[in-house]
Amino acid sequence: MTAHAYLEISNLSIQFPKSPVPVLRDVTLRIDKGQYVSVIGHSGCGKSTLLNVVAGLLPATAGGVLLEGQEVNTPGPDRAVVFQNHSLLPWLTVTENVLMAVELTVGRKMSKAERLAWTLETLALVKMTHAKDKRPGEISGGMKQRVGIARALAMRPKVLLLDEPFGALDALTRAHLQDEVMRIHADLGCTVIMITHDVEEAVLLSDQIVMLTNGPNARVGEVLEVGLPRPRSRIALGADPRFLAAREAVLTFLHDRHAAPTLTAA
Amino acid sequence: MNVLVTRPEAAPILASAPLPQPSRVARLRPYAANILPPLLLTLLFFLAWEALCSGPGSNLPPPSQVWAESSELILRPFYIRGGLDRGLGLHLFASLERVALGFVLAAIAGIALGLLIGTSDFAMKGLDPIFQVLRTVPPLAWLPLSLAAFREATPSAIFVIFITAIWPIIINTAVGVRNVPQDYRNVAAVIQLRGPAFFWRIVLPAAAPYIFTGLRIGIGLAWLAIIAAEMLIGGVGIGFFIWDAWNSSHLSDIFVALFYVGITGFVLDRIVSALGQLATRGTQSS
Ligand SMILES: Nc1ncnc2c1ncn2[C@@H]1O[C@H](COP(=O)(O)OP(=O)(O)O)[C@@H](O)[C@H]1O
Ligand SMILES: [Mg+2]
Repeated sequence: MTAHAYLEISNLSIQFPKSPVPVLRDVTLRIDKGQYVSVIGHSGCGKSTLLNVVAGLLPATAGGVLLEGQEVNTPGPDRAVVFQNHSLLPWLTVTENVLMAVELTVGRKMSKAERLAWTLETLALVKMTHAKDKRPGEISGGMKQRVGIARALAMRPKVLLLDEPFGALDALTRAHLQDEVMRIHADLGCTVIMITHDVEEAVLLSDQIVMLTNGPNARVGEVLEVGLPRPRSRIALGADPRFLAAREAVLTFLHDRHAAPTLTAA
Repeated sequence: MNVLVTRPEAAPILASAPLPQPSRVARLRPYAANILPPLLLTLLFFLAWEALCSGPGSNLPPPSQVWAESSELILRPFYIRGGLDRGLGLHLFASLERVALGFVLAAIAGIALGLLIGTSDFAMKGLDPIFQVLRTVPPLAWLPLSLAAFREATPSAIFVIFITAIWPIIINTAVGVRNVPQDYRNVAAVIQLRGPAFFWRIVLPAAAPYIFTGLRIGIGLAWLAIIAAEMLIGGVGIGFFIWDAWNSSHLSDIFVALFYVGITGFVLDRIVSALGQLATRGTQSS
């Protein structure tokens, strides 16, 4: 236990200043390099809060986060975030949005042409080259989310943090983007923490599924190892008993043992 | 079955042929629908005015009389007959010059102060109450002090414009800076964009729509204030022209001048609004 994991969240508690109880209490997680980890839980249990602490955007009230043995307490490009609502800057084009991130992070020492090449390469990775000169207002929700992912990937982060990246998308677009993210994860081998409330998505994409109990005082209820071999195909997995078993385990946790408080009250 | 067979054959021909263009009349119809109502109502307005003011006991001239007495003002806006007897266009230019100067100064100072209040809590707490009180002072109430300080008509008028237009610019800019979405701040934090760069690349563009709203309100107020100020200070200017016409009982001239004032105010508003659209392209759409 003395050796640190690649990313370690230890005894993390978070309490907002004006709230009487902590949102998260004693959350402990050890994540290995290159793992794809999903965090699942009911709405409002503190998933985004957890992600924001790992990103360094929120301070921990107690406990902390270590990345490669270093304490995380400020935001930085080694932990790139894809925000819930894409958060592209509307006055910049798609290219400019990504370029700005490149310029301030990996591209600090690059020439102008190298930065642009790097940006366009990343846009090609998420298949957004065709809309590179459009502004966010002129592209669809799925395309915005792709650009958000490209902006995060362009920084070559050690950990990619995804906050419900596909939440606002229609089912077809979502499936398509999930496949893309799986491919990119396989290509780049980055460590990923993804917040989701979609059980199938969690099982399809993850190596580990972290299930949070209901807040306040949410903690890690259970961690499920998804042993499915990669590359995974959503069609082949649809009938795979291991996939179905994993899905059932998560569903049981969420709906039998930790049902949404509003639903049980109703 | 027949239908199913023939359709695919016809499709390629249809797809390559240009779509039939709507006829000329059909294309003009939407424009006509927009232009006709205002045209019709304006005509009705003039007719009613003519009818109401044509009687012998009327205090105001009907449009026919306005045209008869003051058509020179409309047809020759740039004549100079010596002294202050010159075309309306020239009076208008004098007023516009003052507004332009006062407004540009107000824009520079207002945006700077607004950015300061928006970014610094200390400045916000200290200055906001003062601004909230000062902005309710009617423009003309500044004129006596301004005349006392500058001792001359033109700088006094410019100061009145400045002090009238600056408040909405300050307040809107400050609100814009305070309302930079947390999302943008988070993005900036992750890519470690800080200090002046954060300010220029995130805060200013995010606040731009608010700033332009302030500028638009400001130019409207400035135009309201200049007319009133010029009535009091004399010299040249469209406000003075109106006051002078009243003193010489040229009521028809006043009607023409009011028309000019209205159109100019409208054009000023449109110019600032268009500049805003240009500068904040895309920002408002999402
Ligand atoms: N800045 C904040 N101040 C106070 N309470 C907050 C703040 N952000 C989130 N919360 C509260 O913390 C809880 C968890 O929020 P969040 O992490 O966004 O949930 P999730 O992402 O799981 O839906 C919610 O009850 C929310 O009201
Ligand atoms: Mg959330």
